[in-house]
Amino acid sequence: MEFLKTSVIPHFNYWVYVILMMIGLHAMITKNNLIKKLVGMTIFQTAIILFYVSIGVKSGSTIPILEHHHDDHAEVAAADAHHGEPAESDHDSDAVNPDHFANPLPHVLMLTAIVVGVSTLGVALAVSQSIFKDFGSLEEDEILEKIKQGGAAIDD
Amino acid sequence: MKWFGLIATAFTGILLLSAVGDFARFGDPHSPANAGVGDRPSVSQYYITDTYADTKVPNIVTAVLADYRGYDTMFETVVIFAAGISIFAILRSLGGPVVPVSHPQAIDTSVDGDHQRIIIGTTCRLMIPVIQLFALYVVAHGHHSPGGGFQGGVILGASFILLALAKDLGTALGRFSEKRYLTLGCVGIMIYAGFGLLCQALERNLLDYEILHRIMPATDAVMARSHSMLGVEVGVAFTVTAIMFAIYSNLSSNGRLDHGL
Repeated sequence: MEFLKTSVIPHFNYWVYVILMMIGLHAMITKNNLIKKLVGMTIFQTAIILFYVSIGVKSGSTIPILEHHHDDHAEVAAADAHHGEPAESDHDSDAVNPDHFANPLPHVLMLTAIVVGVSTLGVALAVSQSIFKDFGSLEEDEILEKIKQGGAAIDD
Repeated sequence: MKWFGLIATAFTGILLLSAVGDFARFGDPHSPANAGVGDRPSVSQYYITDTYADTKVPNIVTAVLADYRGYDTMFETVVIFAAGISIFAILRSLGGPVVPVSHPQAIDTSVDGDHQRIIIGTTCRLMIPVIQLFALYVVAHGHHSPGGGFQGGVILGASFILLALAKDLGTALGRFSEKRYLTLGCVGIMIYAGFGLLCQALERNLLDYEILHRIMPATDAVMARSHSMLGVEVGVAFTVTAIMFAIYSNLSSNGRLDHGL
């Protein structure tokens, strides 16, 4: 119970990401069907996306989009600069407090990671489809069997 | 093999979990990733405090994506394009003997099938224009609200995929043919790379948008960055739209592009 309070609850996002990632890894290692391997790969990617996005969370913060009314800067001006120096800017609002906005960098990185994930998934599905066209199966052992038979036929 | 996999997974999981205690607490605003180490502010703090002054773009994610990390995003777009081209190379069968498959429309001639077609067709006729308008809004308003080129492009591609699912692939290809989507994919990358090269032609670094105020009418150095980001996002949206539909149409018809699912 003590372990739960000190280790699990304050770090629950990391526990969830490790568990999800291991589910994906297990599927990729042990499953025989190529599509199931791809499902595992997608779960793995999702775990990493969750990991990054949860790193950028700040409690009590909002989305990383600034208030930008043209005549009302009260919201922004109310924030005091806790970290970093005030922005030396020529627009008339005061410094923005970074603690009030979620970390934008993990969001950007994961936006691109999602896109790469979609591309790799598309290519992987195309390759599996072409494997199915050639071997009539998506089970790994059956494909290996047919490759061995084909190799023997060529040797003869 | 099964047991080996389970043992390897469990071992990796325990190894990763043993390091969990060293991470910062969930939601800690002063963790190293959020606030930097010691007195030195992290780059994400610079983004939050200075983006608006640098670029006049309130959506920090868009600004980082298209400006500060523009080089990354340019080749991200190239990755998508390369994925589309490789699917084309793997699956597409050009001019081979067309295997006659039983036509799916022969199945749903019953009253039930007709009803389904009317409901689905009417719903799509209502939904697709709204989806496409929303996609254009997401692209064009990506500076000020959640959105941008990738998201808008995916929504626009999804509207064509919806058409292909509701009617058949041929109908969707009539609207957005193979030649057209491959061209659009290339044009998107050329728009992005063109903005970069334009900066180089004006004797600055690649994708250093500030200098574009010289050729953009009625802008200063700050607004030039904002407008260039919009242009770049439009390029990204073109490529993503084209490649999403390319992936769907090739996968669903096994590379034959006849009538799909």
